[in-house]
Amino acid sequence: MENSDSLKITTEFTSGLQILFGHVKKHNVVLPKMEKPWTLGLLLFWIKDNLLIEKDKCDLFMKGNTVRPGIIVAVNDQDWELLGNLNYQIKNNDNITFISTLHGG
Amino acid sequence: MTTLHKVNTDDKINDEEINCLKEEIALLKNELNKKIGLLKIKQKKCLTNLDVSRYSRQIILPEIGIEGQRKLKTASVLIIGVGGLGCPSSMYLVSAGVGTIGLVDYDEVELNNLHRQLLHAQHNVGMRKVESGKLSLNRINEDVNIVVHDVQLDGHNSLDIFKQYDVIIDASDNLVTRYIINDTCVKAGKPLVSGSAIHCDGQLTVYNYKGSVCFRCLHPKPQSPETVGNCASAGVLGPVPGVIGVLQAMETIKIIIGHPNVLYNSLLLYDGGDCDFKKIKLINVKRNGCICTKNPEDITITMDYEEFCGSKANDKFKTLCLLNENERLTVLDLKKLVSEKQSFLIIDVRNKIEYDMCHLPHTINIQLNDLKNEETLTKLIEKINSFTNTKPNLVTICRRGNDSQRAVNELKKHSQITNKVNWIKDVIGGLHDWSMKIDKDFPIY
Repeated sequence: MENSDSLKITTEFTSGLQILFGHVKKHNVVLPKMEKPWTLGLLLFWIKDNLLIEKDKCDLFMKGNTVRPGIIVAVNDQDWELLGNLNYQIKNNDNITFISTLHGG
Repeated sequence: MTTLHKVNTDDKINDEEINCLKEEIALLKNELNKKIGLLKIKQKKCLTNLDVSRYSRQIILPEIGIEGQRKLKTASVLIIGVGGLGCPSSMYLVSAGVGTIGLVDYDEVELNNLHRQLLHAQHNVGMRKVESGKLSLNRINEDVNIVVHDVQLDGHNSLDIFKQYDVIIDASDNLVTRYIINDTCVKAGKPLVSGSAIHCDGQLTVYNYKGSVCFRCLHPKPQSPETVGNCASAGVLGPVPGVIGVLQAMETIKIIIGHPNVLYNSLLLYDGGDCDFKKIKLINVKRNGCICTKNPEDITITMDYEEFCGSKANDKFKTLCLLNENERLTVLDLKKLVSEKQSFLIIDVRNKIEYDMCHLPHTINIQLNDLKNEETLTKLIEKINSFTNTKPNLVTICRRGNDSQRAVNELKKHSQITNKVNWIKDVIGGLHDWSMKIDKDFPIY
């Protein structure tokens, strides 16, 4: 059962989001074993509890149970909208990138 | 008498001949103008020998060829924003021989634009950006027709402008304008080459092209203003918008010549710090109920975009008013305070980098965030206690007078501070005002 094993993934925070994560863009992450399969929805809360450094600025990352407007999430360079959004089941070696949309010029 | 009569007759004949000649010349002039017009139309439609020589290095590419160059010559491109993105994109398009380039900007060239906006020369500071841009672009290529639109784009004027062009480039600097541009492109059925840049990061994509998604499909809800950075506060390294602007020109050329691999339904990320490019595959289906799924006639672009986004259609500074009038000093008050040698402590609450760039003498630097830090507060209280004879006054100052207000509110939370000082006030307009009204040599940034 792949889903119940611990998962090795990478998370990336780009386009300025890294400032919330101690200015580290790429994180190698091991997600602990769980009864339920790991979904992106669960990962968001795990990131909030385990990776987010600037806890008082959580609203710059999440709003409700999802990412705040203006953040695009990509799994292996594909928009999560193509993959089921919060319900996507994370697989071993997935790369999950969080991109803050830029508007300057 | 007879001689006089003869002269009169001669004069009359002369007059008639002169009038006749004048009429003939007028007709010829008319004919000439018609032929010049025709020649221009012909020259615009086809390539002259001069064109072939000038653009030979790109015509020789199979992707371009004579047909592609002709398409470029008859194409028109609108560039919104003659800034960090609009300068490089317009330079490359003008140089590539695009026939008509429209420039939209409402702003003037500022000294702090020059490190990244390479169309604007030092001696053009203060000039309208569209005029400065037109001058430089025509110097690069006088055959290109540069049309200036010296307006702040809004939902009322955008459609009439967009209709005149084939491709639209979003080189703007704020979220409100990006929604206006998107909605107008959707209504007018124009492809939108969208770029953005800040800090060391850039992004690029093409919306509303061959049935692809639009900006609203990706961003149905505007992000809140405090999550939107801009170049004025976050800073930007010149080559970053340079890279993205040049790529916008490239995608525009590809759209004009009908290249098969235009960057649509994909988002390109450029990380200048890591020198890394990444391409994200976006959804290729329009969002249900999105503006781009409606009939163009049913699309309205007259909503209050500023209210929708909760922000203004520019990247200018927004002044906050958090304190009462009696909690604030003007820069003149500050000057007086300093010259009277009263006992006071001035805290500059900007970031260390900004403090190192420039600061007033006899100030200390405590960043706004650090005022929450206990260790920092203890040190500050020690410093206040070191004023032995009198209770000092506490002054906070920042770049423009917003963070200094926040700092006053933060300091007033601590009775160990408020009990030990006379009063705590901030400086209205901050160092910016100091530079404008007291010391014009103090750098504005």
